[in-house]
Amino acid sequence: MTELVFFTNQVIISGLVLGCIYALGAVGITLIFGILRFAHFAHSELMTGGAFIAFLLASAFAAWGIVTPVPTGFVVLPIAMVLAAILALGIDKGFYAPLRKRGAKPVTLLIASIGVTLMVQGLIRLFFGAGSYSFFQNEPKDVFRIDLSAIGSTRPLVITEPQVFMIVVTFVSVLALHLFLTRSRLGKAMRAMADNADLAQVSGINTALVVRVTWIVAGALACMAGTMLALDVTLKPDLAFNIIIPIFAAAIVGGLGQAYGAIAGGLLIGFAESLAVFNWTMVLRPLNAVLPEWMQLPATLALVPTEYKLTVAFVILVVVLLVRPTGIFKGASS
Amino acid sequence: MPLIELKHVVGGYGGAPILNGVNIAIEKSDIGVIVGPNGAGKSTTLKAIFGLLKVTGGTIDFGGENIANSLPDKLVPKGLSFVPQEKNVFTSMSVEENLEMGAFTRRDDFSRTMQWVYGMFPVLAEKRRQPAGELSGGQRQMVAMGRALMSKPSLLMLDEPSAGLSPRYVIEIFETIQRVNKEGVGILMVEQNARQALAFASKGFVLAGGQNRFTGTGPELIADPEVAKSFLGG
Amino acid sequence: MIQRSLTLFGGLFVLILLVGWVMGLPFTSSRLVEAAAYALIALGLNIQWGYGGLFNFGIMGFLMVGGAAVTFISAPVNPVFWGSDGPALLGRALLAFAGGALLVYGARKADRIGITGKWKTVLTVIAWFGAYVLYRSQLDPAAAYIESSAGGGWIGGLGGHPVLGWAFGGLLAAGIAFIVGKICLGLRTDYLAIATIGISEILRALIKNMDWLTRGTLTVSPIPWPTPLPQDLAGGGMDNLSALVAARAGFLVLALVVLGGVLWLIARAYAGPWGRMMRSIRDNHIAASSMGKNVTSRQLEIFVFGSVLMGIGGAMLVSFVQIFDPSSYQPINHTFLIWVMVIVGGAGNNWGALFGAVLIWLIWVISEPLSKAVFDLVSMWSTNFGWGAIPEIEARSAQMRVFVLGLVITIALRFAPRGLIPEVVKREG
Repeated sequence: MTELVFFTNQVIISGLVLGCIYALGAVGITLIFGILRFAHFAHSELMTGGAFIAFLLASAFAAWGIVTPVPTGFVVLPIAMVLAAILALGIDKGFYAPLRKRGAKPVTLLIASIGVTLMVQGLIRLFFGAGSYSFFQNEPKDVFRIDLSAIGSTRPLVITEPQVFMIVVTFVSVLALHLFLTRSRLGKAMRAMADNADLAQVSGINTALVVRVTWIVAGALACMAGTMLALDVTLKPDLAFNIIIPIFAAAIVGGLGQAYGAIAGGLLIGFAESLAVFNWTMVLRPLNAVLPEWMQLPATLALVPTEYKLTVAFVILVVVLLVRPTGIFKGASS
Repeated sequence: MPLIELKHVVGGYGGAPILNGVNIAIEKSDIGVIVGPNGAGKSTTLKAIFGLLKVTGGTIDFGGENIANSLPDKLVPKGLSFVPQEKNVFTSMSVEENLEMGAFTRRDDFSRTMQWVYGMFPVLAEKRRQPAGELSGGQRQMVAMGRALMSKPSLLMLDEPSAGLSPRYVIEIFETIQRVNKEGVGILMVEQNARQALAFASKGFVLAGGQNRFTGTGPELIADPEVAKSFLGG
Repeated sequence: MIQRSLTLFGGLFVLILLVGWVMGLPFTSSRLVEAAAYALIALGLNIQWGYGGLFNFGIMGFLMVGGAAVTFISAPVNPVFWGSDGPALLGRALLAFAGGALLVYGARKADRIGITGKWKTVLTVIAWFGAYVLYRSQLDPAAAYIESSAGGGWIGGLGGHPVLGWAFGGLLAAGIAFIVGKICLGLRTDYLAIATIGISEILRALIKNMDWLTRGTLTVSPIPWPTPLPQDLAGGGMDNLSALVAARAGFLVLALVVLGGVLWLIARAYAGPWGRMMRSIRDNHIAASSMGKNVTSRQLEIFVFGSVLMGIGGAMLVSFVQIFDPSSYQPINHTFLIWVMVIVGGAGNNWGALFGAVLIWLIWVISEPLSKAVFDLVSMWSTNFGWGAIPEIEARSAQMRVFVLGLVITIALRFAPRGLIPEVVKREG
């Protein structure tokens, strides 16, 4: 039983948490790709920027002496998401819209998004330096240790309070996104434009409005993902820059343009990363008693060493691009 | 006053103009058919009306104002609808969602319009939950027309509605178009099946080189030996 | 057009003189050597993107490969390693690798013995897994042994001439580019961009963590120069400053010779039928392939060729700074920077790429001292007004260059999308 609990802690919980963050980031990338047909590289900066906005708000709350029963990061999240959505709209208006108007190719927009990445990175580092920050300077990070000795485990099930919230919040957001895309007039218009932009225009759909809504949704979800990542680890200027490729991998694995595919892809990559670095010896150790001397398990028996955790996503990405470039679910082809 | 009137329309995609003075006038009760050789500017005329390319000269009067260079999201609420020739359904969305997208500009309750469309195309009502991409060519054409009708247009424009359809479906789609017209929707369409379409057209326009060559009722044009010789293949 | 280029290059020359005057000769001479290496790298990207329209976002990986190659060739021989069991263990790992490769090859040919379809896929996956386990089972103990003191820490270099190392850097980059190109070149532009980033990250992780081969984060230094070092010249009786400048001038001359040779070769090739074919492929993929031209293999050619220049440039940079530190490589400094150089300079024009490389490198290196000066000034004012000084000026100015780089590229895309010295479009036929 101890082994099973260990597996749950190391793979299921950590994979789920990572997967949630990847999924929320990938949804934004996939929506932007579906509507505007370019790979939005600066999505990482929307995530990091959103996390810093949330951090500033949380610090302000702490300074005003407001104490909240749940981690402050989650309380300020809705406000931060609104601000991040405004930031995303501003970036589009300032940098991408003029290029689109000129009829620039998607490649030009991709390069422009790299310019935006650099500028936002530079600004964040200018104001916050290169150090790291914690949301839990003024409040404790609660860790739940669920004693499972009743079912014969010597180890407790460990999950932190932000992780619980994170999983719940992601689940609720995905449900809300689903309802938005399938039930609301604007959500359907978004799907229509991703499906066939010319026909959407011909139908009288206000495409400029759909573009704005896309940025609002993507910006808000990016802020959510960034803040939750910062709550789980620590907040630093290259918080999301380092994981943008696994997020792209998630979007591509799910099929670019497919919102549900991005969620599945995010969870898949998250679990794959946790599983790949999992030390199987911890679970298989009882076998040592029955195995002969020369077949004793080594101290670490993981598929890939921990240093290579991030490369798991890249390998999955490359394999998917090779075997099924349109993603596991059929992606946009143009 | 005609429903729509194009006077000396000149326009193109930025380079040399493709339309060099097109004149068209349609009443609400009319079925107008534009025919002509390839590259004559037939589809371009429809796109010019719908604001999809630049009109540099002439006027397009619709509902008492010049709508030249207005964009679709302004034109659809005014009562203009367009069914493109290709890629004219949202393949990943259900039939019903396709119809809803046609009503995007309407803020009122459109369930009665949807009933009307389903009444006209009963097969769509059966497949309302199915993705439009899974339907046959003829059924897709119905979805496309249904979508365009959802905005309750006074003028429906169709770009080669019979292209790629089997002869049985061509007859069916032409019958549907006449039925829609009887319900009070003006029709302006471009057709390759010129003879068949002109047979029921109350107005026919033969374009060549971006200009009107012949204008008359459909049967008149079919009967005109010069039109028949040059444009209807003898 | 020519006038414009001459004016721009003249302006660049004045800028170099200005930097030399303000920042001093030692600083400027170093930056110029680096600029020459970056110019070579930018030419490589210009071939891939400007000529071929290929979206390589994995430049960092190729620079690292070049750096590792020159380290391997020119670092001194490590006698401890060669006297230990290390070589034998590595030999076994190599055999295991070959065995694994055979296993995978066999599985892929399984249809010969009647295993097809789904079963073949299953067999291939199992073969890959088996090959991986086999290789790891031999490599891991070998790596652990070599990294221990008995094995000498790492395998060491070959003690060869650094220029040989540059050539090897180009060769190794070519080999990797060939594999990467085979895998990725069929992909559409944005997929290609993401795939190449992914591959360069894999390369970075490998080079950073294979301590036995590259010493990883422990870094290798000093790596010898191809030309006399300042201390050699100072030993010959020169004063320290002139020895430093003279030695760097020597390195610069060598770098410029390489750069000039490469430029001449590319210009010749591009003016000929090969260049015409490349342009036709880039501008009209479908027409070119329908004319019976083998587009993919031509693109592979261009991808490999461009990567060679990146490998050589990366090797040059490492030999110049004399230290190979895998953890100093960042996508911003080693991939995006090059892109900004080519876009600002003018994709498709070699002189544009060259101009962009030198200009952007100068902007990149002077934005830090420049912003420090600005911050100092503002800080002085704000102190005088009683608002207090700006804290941590040093750290903040170091970050300004990233912002400046982003600003430069967005301005360029908006107002000069074809670059400062744009491609001269030749009308043919």
